[in-house]
Amino acid sequence: MVKEIERTGLPVVHVCTVTPISLTVGANRIVPAVAIPHPLGNPSLDQKEEYQLRKELVEKSLKALQTEVDKQTIFED
Amino acid sequence: MKLQLGYIEISNVEFAEKSEIKDGVLYVNQEEVINEVLQDEHLKTARLEITKPGESCRITPVKDVIQPRVKVEGRGGVFPGWMHKVDTVGSGKTHVLRGVNVVTAGKIVGFQEGIIDMSGPGADYTPFSQFNNLVLVVEPKDGIHPHQYEKAARLAGLKTATMLGELARDLKPDETEEFETVGIKEGIEKYPDLPRVGYVMMLQSQGLLHDTYVYGVDAKQSLTTMIMPTETMDGAIISGNCVSACDKNTTFHHQNNPVIAELFKLHGKSINFVGVIITNENVYLADKMRSSDWTAKLAEFLQLDGAIVSQEGFGNPDTDLIMNCKKLEEKGIKTVIITDEYAGQDGKSQSLADADPAADAVVTGGNANMVIKLPALDRIIGMTDYVNVIAGGHDGSLQADGSIEGELQMITGATNEMGFNKLSAR
Amino acid sequence: MTKLRVVHYINQFFAQIGGEEMAHIEPEKREGAVGPGAAFNAEFGEQAEIVATIICGDSYFGENMDKAKETVLEMVKAEKPDLFIAGPAFNAGRYGVACATITAAVKEELGIPAITGMYKENPGADMFKDKVYIISTRDSAAGMRKAVPPMAKLGIKLARGEEIGASSQEGYLPNGVRVNFFEEERGAARAAKMLVAKLAGKDFTTEYPMPSFDRVEPGKAIADMSKATIALVTSGGIVPKHNPDHIESSNASKYGEYDIADVNDLCCDGYETAHGGYDPVYANEDADRVLPVDVIRELVSEGKIGKLYDKFYTTVGNGTAVASAKKFGEEIGKKLKADGVDAVILTST
Repeated sequence: MVKEIERTGLPVVHVCTVTPISLTVGANRIVPAVAIPHPLGNPSLDQKEEYQLRKELVEKSLKALQTEVDKQTIFED
Repeated sequence: MKLQLGYIEISNVEFAEKSEIKDGVLYVNQEEVINEVLQDEHLKTARLEITKPGESCRITPVKDVIQPRVKVEGRGGVFPGWMHKVDTVGSGKTHVLRGVNVVTAGKIVGFQEGIIDMSGPGADYTPFSQFNNLVLVVEPKDGIHPHQYEKAARLAGLKTATMLGELARDLKPDETEEFETVGIKEGIEKYPDLPRVGYVMMLQSQGLLHDTYVYGVDAKQSLTTMIMPTETMDGAIISGNCVSACDKNTTFHHQNNPVIAELFKLHGKSINFVGVIITNENVYLADKMRSSDWTAKLAEFLQLDGAIVSQEGFGNPDTDLIMNCKKLEEKGIKTVIITDEYAGQDGKSQSLADADPAADAVVTGGNANMVIKLPALDRIIGMTDYVNVIAGGHDGSLQADGSIEGELQMITGATNEMGFNKLSAR
Repeated sequence: MTKLRVVHYINQFFAQIGGEEMAHIEPEKREGAVGPGAAFNAEFGEQAEIVATIICGDSYFGENMDKAKETVLEMVKAEKPDLFIAGPAFNAGRYGVACATITAAVKEELGIPAITGMYKENPGADMFKDKVYIISTRDSAAGMRKAVPPMAKLGIKLARGEEIGASSQEGYLPNGVRVNFFEEERGAARAAKMLVAKLAGKDFTTEYPMPSFDRVEPGKAIADMSKATIALVTSGGIVPKHNPDHIESSNASKYGEYDIADVNDLCCDGYETAHGGYDPVYANEDADRVLPVDVIRELVSEGKIGKLYDKFYTTVGNGTAVASAKKFGEEIGKKLKADGVDAVILTST
């Protein structure tokens, strides 16, 4: 799905936990997520901390979208 | 560690006043079993039904399948950590009721319970159509949580199987078989020229309702470790999960692990079957990395020349599978993996979610997306209310005449990734 | 039962007209079987019969592809056959390409069941194995005796519209379509045998060759995020409560498009997941954990993002066929592009 959307020319950032699959399916901008059942959350944190965590991940995704890449890139930090 | 399995052939099952096994017939006092099962405060009702191979009968939603066994000599009891206290099993003697299984059924927990057809085209795809099945249909009390219900249903099945297994305690087996695993040094001395082969068993551990238990411990909380092959025969590993029915490893599969059976057949002839590594399929990437690293590390330490890796489920566990394979191959350990495929209904899509050139020896249990038509059958054990929502079903799977159209995914054990079946794909 | 009518295509060499020096000859049609046709007729028995043989020089076909194809198709059409067979071509390159080209043309343009045979490394195989059934043969004409029976058998099945088994059963080159069938031995036994062969350094055949994945050019980076419209897409199955469009829990056949123009937060009661492959508890409690609408809204109000696109797209990525996912992606991408979206955040579970 990532690849086909990107084929239209739109940059796509793939936020996912299992980054090896993301690499295999051909995403170009990859942001590692928290866990499969809650990629952008963590139920063990309190609400505020969890929100903060999500915000950081989204900001990282935005940064990825603003970064030129010429090959598959995992944005670790 | 040495275990003797004594098989008691069961050709028929009947309800009776007294529970006993006589001349190959298992007689079951229904009330006795139900009373025991309903001790669990989470269950509202329970009932037993019998179905036999060839009957026009459909069981759904199927949760688990369990083979009754009883430990007659040696340490511990069957299903350690659940039905007996934790003690190392896998040695001595165990009696097996061959020809009858306990099947648990009832309202679904997740999306992923399955179907067993006892006749018709569906019967060809599930191994459980070939057995007499004593089906335990349970109903949860209102308002309990899904995980409480899952556990109650799981324990109800284990209890029933354990009670029935006990009936074989003093019987003389129709056939016996012996399995032995020796220490590393002894193995090398005994078979200096045979390649050392291990079995890497991946246990489903993706989370609540997707769990496998080893001696009562949830596999996702464990690092990759080892288990003796004979321990699995005494029920040291049980299924507690609801992955798609077709590639769920039921408790029966763990008790009768086909890879262990096939490796024992070759043991001492063309290979030296060294042992079993159990590893998990967790949802955190770090866990996947750690567990697969550990698999390769243990395999190297055991000085394996070759390994077979089996899987459970699909999707992100494909990554665990590929990681295990890649890391074993990097250590120079020749590896064969067993999986199944999700190639789309037309068979034209990518079969696995992950891939690597190192996985050059793959055995497949078939394409789970294959569409199958199951005719209406005369008798339903359980309920067909969930056919449209279980994995492999779609809105409209259940037709007005009671027939079902859906993917092979729906059928319990159809594309087993331990290689239990003959089904494959090219 | 009347015999099926078969037209056979061979080159100048197998028609015993000559070798390379006769490779220029134009297509000609002869009545009945010629050369290897006799072996096919013997194999067919009472079921089928070669009514005509078309002979064409390999060079002629290669150099006059369109014209040759047209002529041969006319010749085939005139015979009203039930089945068309070309070759087998073994490892003869030009002959293989001719066989495969004409077989595909007969199948596609005339709608007549057609089959050919050749060695797996013949260039014709690579070009056409996804389009027509190509029986795998040895690399030289010495393999004729072994090539004819599977070609005849599969040909008759095709002509009669019978179900075609897996490549390993029927003997055709794997064509990318996975077909289920029952093996002689169970999987664990096959795995053990494969491992013993692999350990001994002997030949073994994997049941699933690893695919190669294609890649796509990365989209251009966003220069000014504060003016950009961001769309949210997920394969995590987030849907409005009760899954109004009945997206399947596994191998989804559709995706959903839902309006979130007035939604600031996906917590707690309005949304859930339809995904059958992971523990749904966390996503059902708060769907923002999969699709971060709450955070995006805040970033929009902070001026860090221009706008959140009014709709989100969702499907279940659980056991969903790549072909479906591809189709969803194409359609979603088209819509987003048309609506002026600048970039996409796609979340997966």
